[in-house]
Amino acid sequence: MDSRKDYRAPLSQQPLTIEKPTDLTAIGGTITVEINEKKVVVPLGTTILDACKMAGISIPTLCHHEDLCIAGVCRICVVEVEGMRTLQASCAFPITAPIKIKTSTPMVRKARRHIIDLMLSEHYGECYSCVRNGNCELQNLAKEYGVDGYTFGHVDKPRYEIDRSSYAVIRDMSKCILCKRCVRTCIDLQEVGVLESIGRGDMTHISTFLEKPLSDVICINCGQCINRCPTAALRANDPSDEIWRAIDDPKKHVVIQTAPSPRAAICEEFGMEAGTSLTQELNTALKRIGFDKVFDTNFTADLTIIEEGTELIIRLYKALVGKDASVSLPQFTSCSPGWVKYLEHYYPEYLDNLSSAKSPQQMFGSLIKTFYAQKNGVNPEDIVSVALMPCSAKKFECNRPEMADSGYKDVDYGLTTREMAKMIKEAGINLPEMPKSHFDDPFGEASGAGLIFGATGGVMEAAIRTIVEFITGAKAEDIFANANVVDVRGFDGIKYMEIPLGDKFGPVPGLIAHLVPNWDWLKGATLKVAVAHGTANAKKVMDDIKAGGKFSECHFIEFMACPGGCLGGGGQPIPTTPEIRMKRAQAIYAEDESLELRKSHENPHITKIYEEFLTEGPCSHLSHKLLHTHYVKRGKYII
Amino acid sequence: MIMEKTKREGSVIFSEYKRGEGIKAALGKKREDILLELRESKIKGRGGAGFPTATKWMVVAASTAEIKYVICNADEGEPGTFKDRVLLVDYPELVFDGMVIAGYTIGASRGIVYLRGEYEYVRKPLEDYLESMRKDNLLGNNILGKDGFDFDITIRMGSGAYICGEETALIESLEGNRGEARNKPPYPVNTGFFGRPTVVNNVETLAAVSHILVKGGDWFRQHGTDKSTGSKLFSISGDCEKPGVYELPWGTKLSEILFLVGAKNTKAIQVGGASGICLNKTQFDRTLAYEDAATGGSIMIFNESRNMIHILKNFMEFFVEESCGQCTPCRIGNVKLLEGVKMIQSGEYTFDYIEKLIDLGRTMQVASKCGLGQSSPNPFISILENFKDEIFNGNGGYNG
Ligand SMILES: Cc1cc2nc3c(=O)[nH]c(=O)nc-3n(C[C@H](O)[C@H](O)[C@H](O)COP(=O)(O)O)c2cc1C
Ligand code: SF4
Ligand code: SF4
Ligand code: SF4
Ligand code: SF4
Ligand code: FES
Repeated sequence: MDSRKDYRAPLSQQPLTIEKPTDLTAIGGTITVEINEKKVVVPLGTTILDACKMAGISIPTLCHHEDLCIAGVCRICVVEVEGMRTLQASCAFPITAPIKIKTSTPMVRKARRHIIDLMLSEHYGECYSCVRNGNCELQNLAKEYGVDGYTFGHVDKPRYEIDRSSYAVIRDMSKCILCKRCVRTCIDLQEVGVLESIGRGDMTHISTFLEKPLSDVICINCGQCINRCPTAALRANDPSDEIWRAIDDPKKHVVIQTAPSPRAAICEEFGMEAGTSLTQELNTALKRIGFDKVFDTNFTADLTIIEEGTELIIRLYKALVGKDASVSLPQFTSCSPGWVKYLEHYYPEYLDNLSSAKSPQQMFGSLIKTFYAQKNGVNPEDIVSVALMPCSAKKFECNRPEMADSGYKDVDYGLTTREMAKMIKEAGINLPEMPKSHFDDPFGEASGAGLIFGATGGVMEAAIRTIVEFITGAKAEDIFANANVVDVRGFDGIKYMEIPLGDKFGPVPGLIAHLVPNWDWLKGATLKVAVAHGTANAKKVMDDIKAGGKFSECHFIEFMACPGGCLGGGGQPIPTTPEIRMKRAQAIYAEDESLELRKSHENPHITKIYEEFLTEGPCSHLSHKLLHTHYVKRGKYII
Repeated sequence: MIMEKTKREGSVIFSEYKRGEGIKAALGKKREDILLELRESKIKGRGGAGFPTATKWMVVAASTAEIKYVICNADEGEPGTFKDRVLLVDYPELVFDGMVIAGYTIGASRGIVYLRGEYEYVRKPLEDYLESMRKDNLLGNNILGKDGFDFDITIRMGSGAYICGEETALIESLEGNRGEARNKPPYPVNTGFFGRPTVVNNVETLAAVSHILVKGGDWFRQHGTDKSTGSKLFSISGDCEKPGVYELPWGTKLSEILFLVGAKNTKAIQVGGASGICLNKTQFDRTLAYEDAATGGSIMIFNESRNMIHILKNFMEFFVEESCGQCTPCRIGNVKLLEGVKMIQSGEYTFDYIEKLIDLGRTMQVASKCGLGQSSPNPFISILENFKDEIFNGNGGYNG
């Protein structure tokens, strides 16, 4: 990711400031090194680890992570470099001279084995009772190195109390191997800065500000630290036991909504290549597990586009026509609960810029216990509403006290992709072999616009498809090739786009006709939008807005807390790498392209819900009651 | 503390020197010539690692970076060393002049003294001293009339962590971060304080440089041995009549030292502080030199009344606490070595396991991230090896 250029982590964890040569054919652009007596040509400044990869030699790693800057602390990746007295950490050693490297000498093998033995000696836990059993980098290493005993002993008591205070992230520091990936994730990748190691020597451990529980610090619940933790020291707060209990209770009507990102990633939990959507197989599996209804979150994603899009039009109208100075622009998206909490902590003065529209998960929550309950004659009290999400912050979101507009807790449980996979396996189901089936009515299948919410830029693209059609009356396909708004796609940290609206307008669509008389006030206007993913990038945009820069002139900005958007969420399968996230994105965009229905406002179920239930239209009284919310000024100090 | 200058004897460091002399000599030379002079002297760093000072300076001098730094490492955290304090208290002119010379040679305009937290009490006199240097234009702009040569020195306090004496951890600490060693390469000479080329030198190295500038590299080289030129300040402590700081040429025999300080019934000498090696009687004819028994200055003498396993336990407790906790071999390895020491003390151990721990120590020496973990097994390995009779046979292993 190109946002990796400026690091905030201490220099000790930064790569060599040597400029990588752009022209590899220039003299000095490359260097020939010898790895295990084989000559390899590499660009100047390549780490030994990368050089070995290029030569097809595998080196074990633990603290190294592709998304993060260098730490060089676990020392498992050591190799011999001729002429140097000590072994060198290959992940941290930049090649600037024609060195000779040996990767598997007796000294190297012994050192690696010692390091594993040392880690295991302080690692409290037994693999068979551990969430990371089968997907743990420490366990893998022990296996790879044939560890069959505890050379230097093994702790039999936990050293730290488990921190279960957070709705999203559980911290079990007795399983921590101090690789500091979480620290680098939080402070450097996400620029939140909740975690840091404290104490010295043997007392070193990862902790929070004043060692407070995670719920009492400025953690935004993004779960990115979980995704990069090599062990089970960090894990999500798993509600699956309670969900099983609800399923097993005949009195309970258990429904589940599934978001697009888990559907594009759950295949990874079943040993498949990243990038295969298993949406319809999942529908069948969920029914077999015992969910009474399976709904598509994309339906409320479509609804979000209508509500949030309408809200934007109202804001623009008030600002441009009514000259109302109290209107806050740019409008920020609000569907990423990690981002919302980030803003509440770091930029509380900008809360009014957040769209008041709830996230699709929460919109669905309130509709299920009102509209759906009425329509199907179910007592909302008996409904247990589960949301399959790629996200750990959704667990926090559904527990926000204000999320009870249906009169009940709108969404009972947020379940992650990983937890869902576990439930499916527990039920003895092999997901990829499931027959396909459809989503349940009354919400049915949704549009491709809702689907692409899963990738960074997706909300913006969906919104653009609808807003531009609303305003110009033209077809999105005629404006953007194949209705693909490519400028907001891709993994660039921050994307910016201008859309001139011209002066040919259509009639105001019936749905919002009571809100604006016509479009003439937009004559010659240019819609300016931006997209940022990962809170580090969000921070850049926010600081620019604060300084009155170009983003302050935007009308609408999409923010996602997680790198890559929801598909890189904190509840997604582990591991995560730029390549894996890319494949998930491809799966999502391919599915969108394969659909007939690709615009939120064309979704017939959406039209129907405004006819039957939300009869006063978007941003009306009832929709405000059920589909919109408010936010909390939190700031950085939590009392 | 009364800051009264004590006159000390010595052929190099404690030899005659007048404030500003070295600076004057340096400003009269071309930068390249200063570097050549230093190379002639063959001086190596006095902080422990023994890296050739001329090479270090040359790398930074050659860098085209606009901003460079000189850092004087006055953290003096190695147990049993106190010679830097003597220099700072009694010979500040040597140290500060050395910094100015370094600044001139490498093209830096800012020097920082990283002063051990416990030396807070010398801060004020040192600040006053710097002020007087400024008055005399030995610091400030256009020093001694040299056009365009500006240099000033600030003093920053450490906070008591041993690891912050390690040059990269020191820099992290100066930058306001947690004191943890950085990955090397890149070295501070490339990527130092705030990413800028930085020379980090021990107090004594800088003091020696001041003399070299005045008296020449040849003169310096006449002292000491071929590979360890000049003389060295030794902080001698423990079971002897006259502990203190002594200047002696490199190549001095341990037995000569024992004689000099009036040590009797000596059983063991720990050379190089907690992270050094411990020698027994049969090894007292070894010489102090980079090529033999190397030390940053600490020499601890133990007589027959001392219990070696107690001494070892003390050292290992120090490392368990003082490791920065960053890397696996050092953080956990030292704990395991200390456990081993306790096992020996209680008599509940097998030779097989102790062998395993020694083997682990060897891994720590090569796989740890910085010098702390790389040297912390030294006392463990050397005491168990050099005093095995006492430890394993004397009491059947029991030394309660
Ligand atoms: C754990 C550790 C502690 C150290 N403490 C000191 C110290 O207190 N003073 C010092 O001058 N060097 C200390 N060093 C050595 C420095 O890292 C560095 O090599 C030295 O300051 C370089 O100066 P020199 O070349 O003049 O010796 C320490 C090294 C390690 C690994
Ligand atoms: S974290 Fe890994 S090694 Fe530890 S108990 Fe769990 S699976 Fe086993
Ligand atoms: S969940 Fe996100 S904000 Fe919270 S500690 Fe982890 S990375 Fe930091
Ligand atoms: S919590 Fe996990 S990611 Fe963080 S340091 Fe420990 S093992 Fe590494
Ligand atoms: S060797 Fe010890 S002091 Fe040095 S980085 Fe590793 S843990 Fe820290
Ligand atoms: S992977 Fe290289 S030190 Fe951890």
